[in-house]
Amino acid sequence: MTSLKETPSQTAGPYVHIGLAPGAAGFDIYETELGQDIAGPEAKGQRIRIEGQVLDGTGAPLKDVLLEVWQANAKGIYAHRETPQPEGKPQQVEAGFRGWGRVISDFDTGDWQFETVKPGPVHGRGGQMMAPHINLWIVARGINVGLNTRLYFEEEHEANGNDPVLKLIEQTARRSTLLARRQGQADTDTAETPLVYRFDIHLQGPDETVFFDI
Amino acid sequence: MTPPDYFSRDRRWHPPAFTPDYKTSVSRSPRLPLLSLENTASEITGPTFAPTDIAEGDNDLLTNFARDGGSPIGERILLHGRVLDENARPVPNTLVEIWQANASGRYRHKKDGYLGALDPNFGGCGRVLTDDNGAYAFRTVKPGAYPWRNGINDWRPAHIHVSVFGSAFAQRLITQLYFEGDPLIARCPIVSTIPDPVAVQQLIARLDMNETRPLDMIAYRFDIVLRGRRSTMFENRMEGN
Repeated sequence: MTSLKETPSQTAGPYVHIGLAPGAAGFDIYETELGQDIAGPEAKGQRIRIEGQVLDGTGAPLKDVLLEVWQANAKGIYAHRETPQPEGKPQQVEAGFRGWGRVISDFDTGDWQFETVKPGPVHGRGGQMMAPHINLWIVARGINVGLNTRLYFEEEHEANGNDPVLKLIEQTARRSTLLARRQGQADTDTAETPLVYRFDIHLQGPDETVFFDI
Repeated sequence: MTPPDYFSRDRRWHPPAFTPDYKTSVSRSPRLPLLSLENTASEITGPTFAPTDIAEGDNDLLTNFARDGGSPIGERILLHGRVLDENARPVPNTLVEIWQANASGRYRHKKDGYLGALDPNFGGCGRVLTDDNGAYAFRTVKPGAYPWRNGINDWRPAHIHVSVFGSAFAQRLITQLYFEGDPLIARCPIVSTIPDPVAVQQLIARLDMNETRPLDMIAYRFDIVLRGRRSTMFENRMEGN
């Protein structure tokens, strides 16, 4: 069998928006920009909003970062033919749920946010359940290879405690770098009002986020 | 049955995170090691795209931003190639997106203040899905070199940024393509983040006279290789073999 080497990665650079979010770069070109809706209005489940920043080793927010989001729906099903089939029959996501999106930081503040639905637990390797999580891929100027991490939800104590990926993190204190923090009160839960979570990503330093070689 | 894993990324082939000659990488590189994660459903799945997600002419940068009757200034090129995996199998129906500066080395981006002029007929981005053989093609102009604030006199070689999805989130890749024979390639701190000179060669698009259209445009060929996938030894299935 022919064996090739993977094309080496290079930084996305400061003008990544031109290609992946041209509206943000300042011009209209495509009929539809991809990655705008992770979970459209018809998608089922608890609406959530994630807010955060990506911070460099000096604590300064990156103002030119782009994140891609990949997640399962509220039932733990990915919009992909290889999603686990726990009941042994093909499972598909509902209309309006894509599970993928693109998020860019504000050019002045570095703040970013996205709205979606909270994912359900996903079947992992060897029949173990993975706690609800959102997969993130981070590219920017100065990042030579896109960084992979996961966002988990702080209130999922039991599921997080049994999560096979979180359990791989030897320094247990570092597991908390992957927990999104709930903002506001629990009694505001309604389908229309999204729950708000805070998730800051530290590229370097004492609070360095756990990044994966996936 | 557990689906087959993707081959591990060869992190000695890719650039490391910390590459001090590319100055921005110093404060934007993790200092702790990456945690290796065996593939789960979260990594072997990923977004897929349909022809309806994009429009017919999105891969023609000569026309996709041009005003009526207008055309961008610059060297007209056909950029084409195939997306393959490490087993040399085509990756069909995958999204390839590109972006680039114009012939003056100026980007159409509100944060680019370079002296080079904007071209009113050039936007600088394109996208296309690969066909059943993994092939893709764009029409564009060759981008110019441009200066950047790294060293006091650093210039990027002419390059086009390339983003590819593959079939799994684990295959997601962004890279840059350079042009055969460009003397700036060897001088560029971003190119030099890649430790192995053989790996750098993989980013250089080759002049392709066979696809060059006489009296119209010159052609460059750039093949992209995504992570391959292990075979399933005990199952008779197509994927991964």
